Amino acid sequence: MTVLENITLNEEGFMTNSAEWTEEFASALAEKEGITLTDAHWAIINFCREQAGDSGAAPTLRQITSGAGVTTKELFQLFPKGPAKKVAKISGLGKPEGCV
Amino acid sequence: MTEEKNRHIAFICSKGDLDMAYPALIMGWAALGDGIDVTIFFTFWGLDMVTKKRVDRLEIAPVANTSFKMSMMGLPTGNWGIPNILGIIPGMSAFATWFMKMKMKALGVPPVSEYLEMLSDAGANMYGCKMTVDMFDIKDEDFLPCVDKVVTASDFMDMTEGAQIVFI
Repeated sequence: MTVLENITLNEEGFMTNSAEWTEEFASALAEKEGITLTDAHWAIINFCREQAGDSGAAPTLRQITSGAGVTTKELFQLFPKGPAKKVAKISGLGKPEGCV
Repeated sequence: MTEEKNRHIAFICSKGDLDMAYPALIMGWAALGDGIDVTIFFTFWGLDMVTKKRVDRLEIAPVANTSFKMSMMGLPTGNWGIPNILGIIPGMSAFATWFMKMKMKALGVPPVSEYLEMLSDAGANMYGCKMTVDMFDIKDEDFLPCVDKVVTASDFMDMTEGAQIVFI
């Protein structure tokens, strides 16, 4: 659990400095959420991190489905019960800004 | 760990205007993204949102809409509204509808039919109101596939026990 403890999170559980993110952190946090990361998960995480760039702002779900080649159904299956925040947290990004 | 009951939000959509179609879709999508269960009940004119013939033809009328200002079109007219007398000119609703759709598209907001499909794929449950369906003689085949079934008001009460309810 040390991978998770070394990271600074804000009160809502989002990473404050996305540069602190590591793949080990992503795997550990996903595991905590009951998700074992597969290639399909990584494709989404990598897309989100690329999209966020330097701003650290996570893309919205629709930006993910239209940009990462994943359907809404698949996205909700890969990150069940709240993909918007889960994807952002596991990708080490801030809360998604935008409604769609 | 004890099993906590998941948060559940239910929307009652009773309007068929284009601008009144979006609130439940936007909030419902946000709720699903946050892991909240979503139920949508379509009643009265709200059924236009989920019928094949109507969904892509929802409109907004500038007549008697006090919020519809000329400044929305980028004119420096401050708080001047569109005079109702102009609103009754044929084509004004079509123009206002086209204008709103253009604004929505620019923001990346999907059309109503696509939004409904997204919500359905994300796990929202959607129902038609039995009384309205009987009154307007709507058939099962008239509905978009996102509608699970037609239910009574009492069924809706049963399936939303403990849920937060938003009437639109």
